[in-house]
Parts: sequence; C-alpha cells; structure tokens
Amino acid sequence: MLAVLARRLVQSVLILLGVAAITFVLLYALPADPARMIAGRSATAATVANIRHELGLDQPLLQQFGTYLSHLLEGNLGRSYAQKTEVATLIAARLPATLTLMVAGIFMELVIGITLGVIAAVARGGAVDRLIMMTAFVGVSAPQFIVALFLLYVFAATLGWFPMSGFGTAAHLVLPATTLGILGAGWYARIVRSAMIDVLNQDYIRTARAKGLSGARIILRHALPNAILPVIAMIGIDIGQFMGGVVVVEAVYGWPGIGQLAWQAIQQVDIPIIMGVTLTSALAIVIGNLAADLIAPAVDPRIRSH
Amino acid sequence: MRVLKELSRQPAALFGLAIVLAVVILALAAPLIAPYSPDEQMFDGLTLEGAPIGPGAQFWLGTDTLGRDLFSRLLYGARTSLVIGIVANGVAVAIGLAIGIAGGYLRGLSGNLIMRFTDLMMAFPALLLAIVLAALLKPSLWIVALVIALVNWVQVARIVYTETRGLSERDFILAERALGAGHGRILFLHILPHLMPTAIVWGTLGIATTVLLEATLSFLGIGVQPPQPSWGNIIFESQSYFQAAPWLVFFPGAVILLTALAFNLVGDALRDILDPTQRGRG
Repeated sequence: MLAVLARRLVQSVLILLGVAAITFVLLYALPADPARMIAGRSATAATVANIRHELGLDQPLLQQFGTYLSHLLEGNLGRSYAQKTEVATLIAARLPATLTLMVAGIFMELVIGITLGVIAAVARGGAVDRLIMMTAFVGVSAPQFIVALFLLYVFAATLGWFPMSGFGTAAHLVLPATTLGILGAGWYARIVRSAMIDVLNQDYIRTARAKGLSGARIILRHALPNAILPVIAMIGIDIGQFMGGVVVVEAVYGWPGIGQLAWQAIQQVDIPIIMGVTLTSALAIVIGNLAADLIAPAVDPRIRSH
Repeated sequence: MRVLKELSRQPAALFGLAIVLAVVILALAAPLIAPYSPDEQMFDGLTLEGAPIGPGAQFWLGTDTLGRDLFSRLLYGARTSLVIGIVANGVAVAIGLAIGIAGGYLRGLSGNLIMRFTDLMMAFPALLLAIVLAALLKPSLWIVALVIALVNWVQVARIVYTETRGLSERDFILAERALGAGHGRILFLHILPHLMPTAIVWGTLGIATTVLLEATLSFLGIGVQPPQPSWGNIIFESQSYFQAAPWLVFFPGAVILLTALAFNLVGDALRDILDPTQRGRG
C-alpha cells in the first residue's frame, strides 16, 4: 500500500512537471508578446526591449524554464507582469471563492444526481425512468454558459429570487452552484441508476425483501450504500472537470475566483498568472485522481484485492 | 445496414438522427432558406428607439442589436458549427487513432513514452488550455478548429490504446505475425478495421463536445469572430442585452443544446449497437 502510494506520488509530481513544461513552451511559442503588452501601443522598440530584458524574456527558453522551475520548487510562482504582485498571493486570495463554489457545486450534483438515479432505478423501464434518463441526457449535453444564462434570466432577472452576480452571501452561491450541479448531475444519475439496478438484482436484496422489510428501507439502507460506491470514485475525477470549466461559470456570474483571475490574465498576456492558474488546476486534477484511486478501495473491499 | 435497422428501433436515436439531418440540410441550404442576408443590417430591423425587434411575422426569430435577422444568422451559424464540428473532431479522432495505435502496438520505451504523454494531457485542464490557446492566437475559424482538435484527441487515444493492446495479443494477429506479415499489413488490414466502430462512435459523440467547445470559446469572444455568424458568438454579441431581448440568447442556446443532444443520442445508440459489451442495461 505504501509502495503504491509512493509510486503514485512520484508519478503525480512528474505529471505536474510535464504540465509546467508544456504550458511554458506553449506560452513561449505563441505570438502574443507580454513585453509589448506592458509597454503599451505607443512605446518605442527600445522601451519594449528594456522591459523584455527586465522580465528575463530575452534569455533562451531553456534558461527561462530552468529559472522558473527552481523558483517553483521554492514555492515561488513569480510575479504578475500587470499587477506587480506575487502570483502565489493572488491565487491564494482567489482560491477560497473557487473552492466554495466547487464544494457547493459538487454538493448540488450529488443531491440532484443521486436522487434522480435512485428514482429511475426503482421505476426502471417505466415512463418516469425514461423521462429522468432523457433529462439527464439533456443535462450532459448542455453547455455551461447557456445553463448559466438561463438560470440568470429566470431566477435573477425575472423572478428576482437571487442576485445577478457577485459574491459574499449564500444567495450569491445558489445559481452558480446549481449551474455546475445540473451539468454534473446527468452523469451521476446515469451511474447511480446503473449501479442501483445491479444491486437491486442481487440475492441479499431478495432476502431483505423476503424477510418483509419495507421498500424504502431496502432501497435507502441496503441498496443505496452499495450503489453509491462508483460515485465516490467519480467525485475525484469531477474535480478536474470542474477546474476546467471554472473560467466560464465565474465569467458569467462575476464570481471572483481563480477562473476570473485567469481570464483577466489571458487578456493581458500576464504569463506568470496563466502558468500559476494552469498549475493550480492541474494540481487539483492530480489530487482528484489520486483521491479517487485511494478512496475507492478504502470504501469498497471488493476492489482491494486487485 | 444492420446498424441503420437497429438505430431505427430506438426512438431516442431516431429523434437524434432526425435533428442531425435537419441541421445538416439547413446548413447546406442556408442561402436558399435564409429570408435575409446574415450580415445585412436592416433599416427596419430595429425599432424607432434602436432596439432589436422580437420574433414576429417579418423577422421570424426577431433581429439582433445591429438589426440583422436572427433566423438567417442561425442558419449560417449552423455551417460554422458543422464545419468546426466535422473538421476539428475529424482531426482529433485521427490524432487519437494514430497515437492510440502507436502506443498500443509499439511495446517498450517508445510505446510507453507515448502513453505517458497521453496521461500527461489527461491532467491538463482542457478547457483552460483551449481558452489560453484561442485567446493568444489570432482567432479564426481554422484556429478554433485546430485548438479544439489539440485538446480533444486525448480521450480517443486512451480508448484506442486499450483496444489495440487487446487486439495485438489475439491469436489471429499472432498467427499473422508467425506467417511473416509485416507491421504495415497487420496494422492496416487487421487492427485498423477492428477499430472502426470506436472511430465511428467517437466521430459522432465528439462532434457534440466540439460544438459545445466552439460555442463556449465564441461566447467568451475568443472563438469565431463576428461578423461571421456562429451560435456562440451570437450570444456573445447580445449577452449584455439579454434581459431586454431574451430571444437573442434563447434561440441560439436552444439550437446549440439540441444539436449537441442529437449527436450525443446518435453516438450513444451507435455505441450500444457496435459494441455489445457496452450495451446499456435496463
């Protein structure tokens, strides 16, 4: 177990290094020039060259990457070009907002997805089942920004139940979290339904039924805990999905998280911030996958022997 | 033929297929059907106060903030979405096939390196990568297609890799090799044909993902650039106006959703038909 953990940790670090290297090379190769961006349109070539020199952008690629890596190992993500602040500080300031949104979004996903999945499994083959599965399919096919705009229009602009955008109170959190929840819930509903049908066909459920337990008790107490196991592994993978989509949801709702930070940085060609946010997201993905691999055998003894 | 027959037995798949066909026909026939030019800013396309006009008899789905006919723009937008969907996803599937086959067929260091690279790409926040690439390159239709292909091949590669590994250990491949067949013969005559179902399924499912990604990039203003209409950039252009003119967001939103849903339905049904081990239960 410890050996496996150690190997996975080394792999994770290598993956993060790889992500850093690829992002660095891509940002270096792209035609956007941060020095010109900082200098402004009317700057002379000499000013631009000066700024380029100050930022160390005139050094060879390998040397730049080496410097970046050695700083990274000390936990230093560099300084933002535009905001003149440490990138680590900027990300740390934005991270709580993003994490709040992530936790709330995953909570919504689980509540909606598991409820629909269980109902569909119990009513399998019937009209309710088909309706739920069709809805889940629509949820999976819906683009985030359209769900977000739709919820904004109905619940903020028309009904006025929730604020249009911003951050601070629980009311601000409801719509962005629901947006994320609706999208992920489709997957969960499908997985829970299929796992639940497997479980409901097993002998111990028939035994429980034979000894006269009520339907609700069988489903909630005996079947659900087993059917929910594949969902636990999904949550880890979901964190990765979430980190990818965070830019869009935060942009629509004006949520001040790292997605907004990245979006602003992309427009200003603020490379240290883009690198920092990409690495933070990749870290979240790696941690999510690692957690999925470690938690699944911990809660499900059947996987442990493999 | 068998595939078509089985498809026609599933109402959901038929519904999806009908929408896919409708979108393709509307896109191809856009110049014939569109009541107005998609780029024409019409004098009577705005109210006296300069606001867009809601859906009605003259402009079926209303006009946008510049007085252009929304229905005509949506028709031409279908061309953008389909071209990107087919090109970007075709390239993604081709890259995925090539890398997956290489990783699964070549054992040893090179095969290993290829798959470690794929693992690495799995850890990339794909949408963020696409946004960064699209924003920093000068956006155009082909750049958007390229960016999408560059982030979407990874999943195909993983699946093809697993299948190729399994295939290359099967008896008929071993026999073929024992008879002295070269790599080219084994790859093109025996392995590739077995991967066609996977390629077809992902060629369909992937179009849904691609259409959504294009819409998202265009919605952020870094995808297809106006005045060339794309379903995503129609929403991008009108989003600040959407409380006053909700149709400018809802109609394009609905076509994006329907198109993605249709390709997903067809792809899902194809997967059930072509791959019996994945057949859905219930």
